[in-house]
Amino acid sequence: MSTFSAIGEEREIDRDEYTPGVEPQPTWCPGCGDFSVLKALKQALPEVGRTPEETLLCTGIGCSGKLNSYLDTYGFHTIHGRSLPVARAAKLANPDLEVIAAGGDGDGYGIGGNHFVHTARENHDMTYIVFNNEIFGLTKGQTSPTSPKGHKSKTQPHGSAKEPIKPLSMSLNAGASYVARTAAVNPNQAKEIITEAIEHDGFAHVDFLTQCPTWNKDARQYVPYIDVNDSDDYEFDKTDRVEAQEMMRTTEEALYDGEVLTGRFYVDEDRPSYGQEKRAIGEMPEEPLAERYWDDDYEWERSHDMFLDKHA
Amino acid sequence: MTDDELIWRISGGSGDGIASTSQNFAKALMRSGLNVFTHRHYPSRIRGGHTYTEVRASADPVESRGDGYNFLLALGDSFARNPQEEAVYGNEEIKPLSENLDELREGGVIVYDEGLLDASEIPNFEERAEENDWHVYPLDLRGLARDMGREVMRNTAGVGATCALTGMELDHVEDLMRDAMPEKILEPNLEILETAYDQVREEYDVDAPDVSVPTGEHDETQLLMSGSDAISYGAIDEGCRFIAGYPMTPWTEVFTIMTQNLPKLGGISEQVEDEIAAAALAVGASHAGVKAMSGSSGGGFALMSEPLGLAEMTETPVVLVEAMRAGPSTGMPTKPEQSDLEHVLYTSQGDSQRVVLAPGTVEEAYEQSRIAFRLAYEYQIPTILLYDQKLGGELTNVPKSHFDRDPNPDLGKTLSEDALADEPHSGDGKFHRFQHDVDDGVSPRSVPGQKGGRFLATGNEHDPTGHISESPDNRVAQIDRRTQKLEAIRADLDGEDTGSYAGPEDAEYGILTFGSQQGTVEEAVGRLNEAGHSVKSYGVSDMLPFPTEQVEAFVESVDEVLVVEMTASGQFRGLVQKNLGRYGEKLSSLLKYNGNPFEPAEVVDGFEAAIVEGDGDASGHQTTFVPAAGD
Ligand SMILES: Cc1ncc(C[n+]2csc(CCOP(=O)(O)OP(=O)(O)O)c2C)c(N)n1
Ligand code: SF4
Repeated sequence: MSTFSAIGEEREIDRDEYTPGVEPQPTWCPGCGDFSVLKALKQALPEVGRTPEETLLCTGIGCSGKLNSYLDTYGFHTIHGRSLPVARAAKLANPDLEVIAAGGDGDGYGIGGNHFVHTARENHDMTYIVFNNEIFGLTKGQTSPTSPKGHKSKTQPHGSAKEPIKPLSMSLNAGASYVARTAAVNPNQAKEIITEAIEHDGFAHVDFLTQCPTWNKDARQYVPYIDVNDSDDYEFDKTDRVEAQEMMRTTEEALYDGEVLTGRFYVDEDRPSYGQEKRAIGEMPEEPLAERYWDDDYEWERSHDMFLDKHA
Repeated sequence: MTDDELIWRISGGSGDGIASTSQNFAKALMRSGLNVFTHRHYPSRIRGGHTYTEVRASADPVESRGDGYNFLLALGDSFARNPQEEAVYGNEEIKPLSENLDELREGGVIVYDEGLLDASEIPNFEERAEENDWHVYPLDLRGLARDMGREVMRNTAGVGATCALTGMELDHVEDLMRDAMPEKILEPNLEILETAYDQVREEYDVDAPDVSVPTGEHDETQLLMSGSDAISYGAIDEGCRFIAGYPMTPWTEVFTIMTQNLPKLGGISEQVEDEIAAAALAVGASHAGVKAMSGSSGGGFALMSEPLGLAEMTETPVVLVEAMRAGPSTGMPTKPEQSDLEHVLYTSQGDSQRVVLAPGTVEEAYEQSRIAFRLAYEYQIPTILLYDQKLGGELTNVPKSHFDRDPNPDLGKTLSEDALADEPHSGDGKFHRFQHDVDDGVSPRSVPGQKGGRFLATGNEHDPTGHISESPDNRVAQIDRRTQKLEAIRADLDGEDTGSYAGPEDAEYGILTFGSQQGTVEEAVGRLNEAGHSVKSYGVSDMLPFPTEQVEAFVESVDEVLVVEMTASGQFRGLVQKNLGRYGEKLSSLLKYNGNPFEPAEVVDGFEAAIVEGDGDASGHQTTFVPAAGD
C-alpha cells in the first residue's frame, strides 16, 4: 500500500542514512560501551535490508535509552522499563515494521523485568538489545540487577547482598527463541549477532555487554572474551534447550569470575512467533491492521449491523 | 411512589443464575412494550453470598432503580445448603428472604421457594407481612424444577410464578428462552415455566393480581443494554480495533465485550501482564497508526499513570476507560462510588493535558465513547472515559435507532505520504512532528513505515523534530501549544451538547450531579416539582475541559444548588468550585458513600432537608449533608 511505501523498499542503504543530520551529537561519555551498540545497529540494519523509515526503535530510559537520538529511524523513546509493551503493540498493529527495542540492564531486567519475561514468553517477532553495563548509568552509578554480589555503590554502601540476575537463562526459560550475548569490545561479532537477531522470526534477546567507564570503573572491559560458538572448549548444541540452558548457566557464573563467554546460546527456528500464533487462531488479521485505516475501499463494520440483534 | 410500575427483585446466591434470569426477564418486559431498568447488587464472592437484581418496568421512561420494590422472588442460595456445610456462614439460608424485606413496599408480593427457605426462621415474619399487607406465596420451586428437569431450573419456575401472579403473558419469556437456550435444556425449561404458571393460577385464583405488570408500547425497536455494552459499541463504531487490558472489576466487562467482538472485526485484543503494560500497549498500537484503547478500575488505573503521561507528552491519541468502584486500595470491588474523579483528573506528573468525560446514562455512554475517540485522535491527546460500576452494569432499554450511525475510522491529523512530501511539515529535510505554531495546537503526525515522516516520539521535552530539548523558548512553546488544545476541545464540546438538563428552566433551586447519578437525580427532580418545589438539575458530562460557562450560568440562575455525588469528600463539588472560582456560598453537598447508589427518594428527602428545612438531616437515609461555605 502506497501509504507505507517505506516498507519493503529494496535499494542500497547507506549507513549514514541512520545518522541524524542535525543535532545532537551523542552525550555519552568518551569510552562508553553504548557507542558499540549504535555502531553495530548501523551496520546490521543495511545488511538486513531494512531502511530507517520501516524501522521502529523503541527504547527505555537511561544512557542506553538515548540510543534513539543517535539512530535516525522512526523512534519511540518511552518510559523507564516500558519499551517492550510499546514495541510489542506496534508490531501487532503493523507486523511489516521492523521493530527493535533497547534499553539498559536496570531498565530491562529491573523495572521492566515483568515485561521482559512476558515478551519472551509470547515470542513476539522483534529484537531486544539490553546494554548490560552492570550499573545504573544515567542516575549516576547505583547498583543494578546485574551488578555482582558485594558491589558497592552509594545506595549499597555495604556491598550488595544480592546475587546478580541471570538474564540469558531468564529469557530462555520464559520462551525466547533466540538468545545471545555479545560485547562492545568485539564489533564484528556484535554486528553479526545483531544482524541475525533482526532476521530471526521471534523474540531475539541480545545481552550486550557494554562498559561504563564513568561509574563502573572496576568493571572488566570484557576482554579477553571467548566466542563459545568458535571455541573447541565449549561443545554444545545451541538448538537444544537443555544444552543451551547448561551453557548459559556456565556463562552466567563465569562472567563474575572474569571469564567472558559470548555467542549464540539458543536458536530455535521452528517456534512460531506470537503474531503467527495469533493469526492461526483467528485473533489477528492477515493484513496489517494499520493499513486498513488508509484503505478508502474498506467497509468499516458498524455495531448496528453486527451485534445489536442480541440485545433486542 | 407510583403504582403503575413493577419493581421485581430476584434474590438468591451468587452463581445461582440471578443475573442471567433477571436479564432475560427484563428483556421480556421490554419486548412487551415497557421501559426497563435493572440494578445489580452482589458481593465480592464467586459462589454463595447473598445477591439480588432488581428489574424496574414501567410504561413511562425509567432512569433509575426507583425506591424500594414491590415484588420479591426469593430463591434459595444453593451454595448455602451445599453438602460442604462448613462453607456456610451465619444464616445465609434465609438471607434471600430475610435480607430483602426492609425495602419491600406496602402491598407487595413475596414468592419464596419453600423447598429451600423456611419463613418460620425469620423473626416476626407473619406480623410484618400482615402489618405491611404483603401477599405471601410459598411455592416449592425447587421440588418442581427437580421433578421436571434439574434443580437449577428453579429460576425458571420462579419466573413462571411471577408471570402468573402479575398477569404477564408467557409468550415473550418463551420466545427468549427459545433464542437463548440450547435444545437440550430448552424443553424442560419450557415445561417448568408453564407448569409453575398453571399451578399458581389454579391454586391461587389470580384474576386480579396484587401487583400487576403495566402495559406499554414502543414505537420502535428497543435494545436492552448496559453501560459497558454501550461503551464497547461506541468504541467499535469509532474505528477502535485494538484493546489491551488486565482484568479488574468492573472494567473487566468492557474488556470482555471488546475481546469477544474485535477478532470478528479483524481487530486485536491483548490480555497482558499488568496495567502498566496494558496502557503502554495501547500507546504503542496508536503510535503505529491504529485506533486503540485500554482501561481499568481504581488501582489498575493508578498503574497507568506513567503511560498516560507518556501519551500526553508524545501526543499519542489513546482512550482509557476508568470504571470506578469504592476505594481506596482494593476497596469494595463490586460496589459503585464516584471517588476516582480526582485521581483521574490529576494523576501523572507535570502540567498535563488530557480529556475526561463522564457519561450519565447508557445512551450517553455510547455517545461519549465515540466522542472520546474522536477527540483523542483529532487532538492527539489521551481521553479518559470515567464511569462507575453502576452505569457499567445496569441494563436499560435504548431505541435501536440511537446506534444507527456511520462509522468513523478517521485517524485525525495524520498525514499521507503525499502530504508529508510537502512543506511546511518539513524543514532542514526533517519532518517537524511537533511544530510550534499550529491552529488549535494540533501538529499533524505521521506513522512508522511512511516515507518522509520519520520522527522521534519521546517522553522527554522535545523540539519540533522530536529531539530532546531543554531550551527555555522551546519548552514554553511546546507547553503552550499542548495546553492550547484544551481550549479548542472545550469549544468543540460546546457544539456537542453533552450535559443533561431536567426541570423548569426558571426554577428556584438547582441540583448539580455527574455520571451515573444523573438519571436518579432527574427522577427526583420530577417528583420534587410535582410536590410543589421549584427545582431543576444539570448532569455535567465534561469533567475536563470543564464547561465552566454552562455551569456558571446554571448556578447563577438559581438561589441555591445541591451537589449530589457518590463520594465522601465532595470531589465533584470541589471541581465545580475550582472551576467557577466563587459561588462557594451557594453550593451544598448531598453525599452517599455506603456502597449503594442514590435512590430517587434519598435525593428528594435530602433536598427537602437541606434546602427547605435547612438542617440537612434526611432521617432514615445513609446520606450526608455538607452545608455551603459560610453557613
Ligand atoms: C519510574 C522511574 N524511576 C526511576 C527513574 C530514574 N532512572 C532513570 S535511568 C535509571 C537507571 C538506568 O539504568 P540502566 O537501565 O542500567 O541504564 P544505563 O543508564 O546504565 O544505560 C533510573 C533509575 C525514571 N526515569 N523513571
Ligand atoms: S555514564 Fe556510563 S553508561 Fe552512561 S554514558 Fe557515561 S559511560 Fe556510558
